[in-house]
Amino acid sequence: MDRVRFWGYRRENGRVGIRNHVVILPLDDLSNAACEAVANNIKGCLALPHPYGRLQFGEDLELHFRTLIGTGASPNVAAVVVIGIEPGWAGRVVEGIAKTGKPVEAFAIERNGDLRTIEKASRKAKEFIQSASERRREECDIRDLWISVKCGESDTTSGLASNPTVGNLIDKLDPLGVTSCFGETSEITGAEQVCASRGETPEVGKKFLAAWSAYNNVIEQFKTNDLSESQPTKGNIVGGLTTIEEKAFGNLEKIGKKTKYIEVLKPAETPVKGPGLYFMDTSSAAAECVTLQAAAGFAVHLFPTGQGNVIGNPIEPVIKLTANPRTAREMAEHIDLDVSGILRREMTFDEAGDRLIEITLRTCNGRLTAAEALGHREFVLTRLYRSA
Amino acid sequence: MSAPHFLVHTKKDTVGVVVVEGVQAGMPLTGWVMDTDATISLAARDPIPLGHKIALREIKKGETIIKYGHDVGQASADVGEGRHVHVHNVKTRRW
Repeated sequence: MDRVRFWGYRRENGRVGIRNHVVILPLDDLSNAACEAVANNIKGCLALPHPYGRLQFGEDLELHFRTLIGTGASPNVAAVVVIGIEPGWAGRVVEGIAKTGKPVEAFAIERNGDLRTIEKASRKAKEFIQSASERRREECDIRDLWISVKCGESDTTSGLASNPTVGNLIDKLDPLGVTSCFGETSEITGAEQVCASRGETPEVGKKFLAAWSAYNNVIEQFKTNDLSESQPTKGNIVGGLTTIEEKAFGNLEKIGKKTKYIEVLKPAETPVKGPGLYFMDTSSAAAECVTLQAAAGFAVHLFPTGQGNVIGNPIEPVIKLTANPRTAREMAEHIDLDVSGILRREMTFDEAGDRLIEITLRTCNGRLTAAEALGHREFVLTRLYRSA
Repeated sequence: MSAPHFLVHTKKDTVGVVVVEGVQAGMPLTGWVMDTDATISLAARDPIPLGHKIALREIKKGETIIKYGHDVGQASADVGEGRHVHVHNVKTRRW
């Protein structure tokens, strides 16, 4: 494969997005109502309500800011209106997003009330969306594309075929200079030594093991059983997965047979080492993981599912593939690519990988994913511990 | 070969995965070993749903279950060849 190109939106900081959202971003739970009112007033804007942002502290608060700033900074976002209950923390989010050079402005509710805030923020949102609507796509090289991967409601067909299809794509696009990311720290349990050996250097492998051990310690601290029905989930077990070890080896198929990861990222941390595969320390819950990857700047997501997880993300399109013939048949409206032919030996991994590259490029060029068409916009912030 | 009834990741594996619907006890099954491209035959001794595992040989209680060529858990009961392998006879070694 030589020249692979797609049509994207080049942003002020040089990053390339595949969507052109104007986001109305609440700093905190109290600002959701105003944000939703602005998005209702100004057509085409996207409010991202969430339940957090009050009395958080320490590393948990830092993650909150990193996720909100990263969401606004995503190249899939053209401009951002931030609303907070007070101006201090809202201003901190605006300052972080403004480093990208994109239009962003904060509004605070205290001393204004919802109605005056909504009016002022709506006028700004109108200006932003009209300006964003004039942005044009340009032809970009595959090196400008950042791809994240994560599987969900996996079953044994995930490890047999849909995850290796993603791995086939990674092995083909990594040498072309794509930036990619996998995560799901707890879900590598059982295969952690194999995963450590996939680090480009022994140091990065050790860094992965340190992140895995820290996560595993939390599980050991709070578990009340062997986590059966949580990890693997009830759905995983219905689909035939029996143990976390079995799930872990299937999960790892997503990074291909030869690609090595070059760095370990904190949750929602933007990679800075250039093109290559990155591991991100995340929850294995679908919406949490994809929200963190989107906030790190990944533009398109590949999501293999076995039993039929229906997740989407508001700013990062989620492409779903399955190798489970029942899921492909019974939940067809959620599936962007059916690779069940691999199980019947009608399709090779190479063919499946090529078809996934094709649907990924079409999605980048503007084709809506099944999850986008169905309105799936799961925006779920990761919390590290209780609020103060 | 025509569409296989079950798939096996590596020739070291002691379990395969049923990839068709409707497998019943007594059915003769054909399997594809993916790493060697070999074809193997086995009779099912339980009804086994799509996506669930079948024992490729007799597995004693306490033995390691091998899939992907790796340890994916431990048999918590004796399992006969062709029997259904799942949470009723396999447990994680973790957590």
